[in-house]
Amino acid sequence: MLNLTLKVWRQKTPQDQGSIETYDAKNIPEEASFLEMLDIVNERIIESGGEPIHFDHDCREGICGACSLTINGVPHSKEKGITSCQVHMRKFRDGDTIWIEPFRARAFPVIRDLIVDRSAMDRIIAAGGYIDVRTGSAVDANSLPIPKPDADAAFDAAACIGCGACIAACKNSSAMLFTAAKVSHLGHLPQGQPERDKRVLAMVRQMDAEGFGNCTNQYECEAACPKEISVDHIARMNRDYTVASLKEQLV
Amino acid sequence: MSFVLDSKIPAGPLDQKWSKHKMDSKLINPANKRKFTILVVGSGLAGGAAAATLSELGYKVKCFCYQDSPRRAHSIAAQGGINAAKNYQNDGDSVRRLFYDTIKGGDFRSREANVYRLAEVSTNIIDQCVAQGVPFAREYGGLLDNRSFGGAQVSRTFYARGQTGQQLLIGCYQALEKEVHKGGVQMFPRTEMLDVVLVDGHAKGIVVRDLVTGKISSHAGDAVIMATGGYGNVFFLSTNAMGCNVTAAWRAARRGALFANPCYTQIHPTCIPVSGDYQSKLTLMSESLRNDGRIWVPKSKEVAAKLRKKEIHPDSVAEEDRDYILERKYPSFGNLAPRDISSRAAKEACDEGRGVASTGLGVYLDFRDATKRLGESVIRARYGNLFQMYEKIAGEDPYKNPMMIYPAVHYTMGGLWVDYNLMSNIPGLHVLGEANFSDHGANRLGASALMQGLADGYFVIPTTIANYLATQTPGKAKVTDDAFKLAEAETSARVNKLIGINGKRTVDSFHRELGLLMWDNCGMARNKAGLEENIKRIPEIREEFWNNVRIPGSGDIANMELEKAGRVADFLEFAETMCYDALSREESCGGHFREEHQSQPGDPDVDSGLVAPGEAKRDDANYSHVAAWQYVEGKAPILHKEPLNFEEVHPSVRSYK
Repeated sequence: MLNLTLKVWRQKTPQDQGSIETYDAKNIPEEASFLEMLDIVNERIIESGGEPIHFDHDCREGICGACSLTINGVPHSKEKGITSCQVHMRKFRDGDTIWIEPFRARAFPVIRDLIVDRSAMDRIIAAGGYIDVRTGSAVDANSLPIPKPDADAAFDAAACIGCGACIAACKNSSAMLFTAAKVSHLGHLPQGQPERDKRVLAMVRQMDAEGFGNCTNQYECEAACPKEISVDHIARMNRDYTVASLKEQLV
Repeated sequence: MSFVLDSKIPAGPLDQKWSKHKMDSKLINPANKRKFTILVVGSGLAGGAAAATLSELGYKVKCFCYQDSPRRAHSIAAQGGINAAKNYQNDGDSVRRLFYDTIKGGDFRSREANVYRLAEVSTNIIDQCVAQGVPFAREYGGLLDNRSFGGAQVSRTFYARGQTGQQLLIGCYQALEKEVHKGGVQMFPRTEMLDVVLVDGHAKGIVVRDLVTGKISSHAGDAVIMATGGYGNVFFLSTNAMGCNVTAAWRAARRGALFANPCYTQIHPTCIPVSGDYQSKLTLMSESLRNDGRIWVPKSKEVAAKLRKKEIHPDSVAEEDRDYILERKYPSFGNLAPRDISSRAAKEACDEGRGVASTGLGVYLDFRDATKRLGESVIRARYGNLFQMYEKIAGEDPYKNPMMIYPAVHYTMGGLWVDYNLMSNIPGLHVLGEANFSDHGANRLGASALMQGLADGYFVIPTTIANYLATQTPGKAKVTDDAFKLAEAETSARVNKLIGINGKRTVDSFHRELGLLMWDNCGMARNKAGLEENIKRIPEIREEFWNNVRIPGSGDIANMELEKAGRVADFLEFAETMCYDALSREESCGGHFREEHQSQPGDPDVDSGLVAPGEAKRDDANYSHVAAWQYVEGKAPILHKEPLNFEEVHPSVRSYK
């Protein structure tokens, strides 16, 4: 069993100032997950008349992208390649103090406590992160062979779960890795070619309009990404963007 | 209220029913489509696909989800794959074979016509997803790869590493966002449906709560589509996401929609075993692991006891002391026996005291032989992410120690009753995906949930909804109508009542209590006494809940305890209907195993060697029907039956030996 001290960001409404509050987390089983630790603490808070710590979570198996805690200053914790819900208490020691904050970015306003509004990411996808194909108009799936390396590269980029850790980790709150992963996923596939230029221009412009910062090549995004998506995609997006904007000027 | 359960199955030969129905279905001209508003609740594979496709067709769509983004719907967690009768492997697959496997897998408790249609459109789904850019696994020649799944002897499962659900959902989400961008879909994330509004008996709107501001409001439309998933969280512990709930479906049931076959729940055989009371959910390991992993327990209880205490390493157990339970009992399907059968085999072994997890509830899923045969790198390529996931949760390296697994609640085959058009008995209320009951009978085969969700959303509802809409004048219902005001007032009153209780117990403590009761008496095995106990106990827990639950804070801001409380309150009502269904179905079939009804020596099928003693024993003469339950306030629900007619297949003893 672990006895811990939690320092947690509490903010009741989007308008509130917010502050760090201290909680004792005693007798936490080492087998529990980080979110189960918060469940235990919340049960105790409710039983003693308080309001529980609010946080986003859903699948609790690292795939839905809902959970979004900054643990000891690092989005999803310093452990590599995992989401907040996959952090387990066996990684902590008895007596530890743990700081828990929301994913912070100008484009991610706090809703309550550790919950932030990440709808800006949906709007980046809506701007062009898709292949415009009507249901029912597709040809036979095997009529378009795709070399395995291309399919694998597309998959590596498509593994993004849209959690926003890359943005929270970046000192500029840049959404470059998130946006580049989608540009790269679709850009690696033959189906994605017709809209390749249009897509990258629209997505990057939406990203800027949402108030995300620029990339200054610190690679904190890659380090925080639970799916370990490579910054190489950013370089690729920059190339695509340059080509597309040149073509746009020439037309 | 009286019901005629007309399934509206088209006449004609099975393989022509869907084409004929499409031809006979009504059409709405493009200029008129935009006058109709369709409310879609849920943004998973079924809801997201429906919303995107209906918008492409020109309808005005409003789509609602409780998550912060439609991309997070629980379809995303499906790992293994999606079935389709493409026969790319040239191994003898066909639409008919997929149909037959699915209907047999469902233990002959589903509608032939629905299942045939599902198999038929399965091939279109793969085409559509590839066109969207879903990165399915491929062979070096660039063509799509397949793997095998439980309950089938052909390779028809398409997959994207262990993240098939995620990739399909992202394809669907992108299609949805495309339509949001074009203005056809208005998206309402962090919005929970709390009631359906009926105008003159037709579903014309919904009442929702904004989960950020707490505001309760209504939306009016010309038809409502619910694609709100399953009710597995009635057991508290399940592989479902924490937010999955029965509220939308149950609220519709309270308004008169029939709930069909609620007792059919799927217990998935390959989950990480429970480790303690604090546990909030269970994690599934994809069934695809059973392609190469072998399931075993020791033959003797003594060896099992030593393994539980970790006194010996599993590798030190000699071959002759191991019992490969599925290979022994089902030699032709082996480790790929269907889910219900595999789960029961694991439970049996553990009940006999041969379990190997520290709690006694776990069996091995061992890759030792596959690793020897294929090499570790192949195993890593096939299952790397699953092994990694196991290690993170269980804290053990599955390359060194065999995995331990135990069955867990995973999927619910039951759901709201729908006809061939996917419309419930309430006109205008359509139900898709896991939320309806229609395609999987008493047991779902692996890789068929994704298939059904997308079939319903992309290919079925866009055609069939016109049959309803064509009878309606668009835009008639308004949120200012009395019916809306009344429903909103009722919802507000309920929310205020919950907040006002201010008792002593947390919402989770009630949920846990209910879940344990359901797992013990309405889980993997059920009997009359246990079900009767539940029917007595559940109202008592419900009574205490409404008097002693504590929900801190107020209803006018984000309040996660309030959200959970509303869902648990509905589970506490729904669970009772589930037990009534399990009690009245005096047979064993698929995921519903009644201890009183199992094969035993003396049965002709046992004596002839077709089935072993202790297998589920169906009663086709008396129970070949859909059990559709009508909610009655304060009383036991009323049962309505839809007989199942088998014209093409002959329900047989489901043998996988």
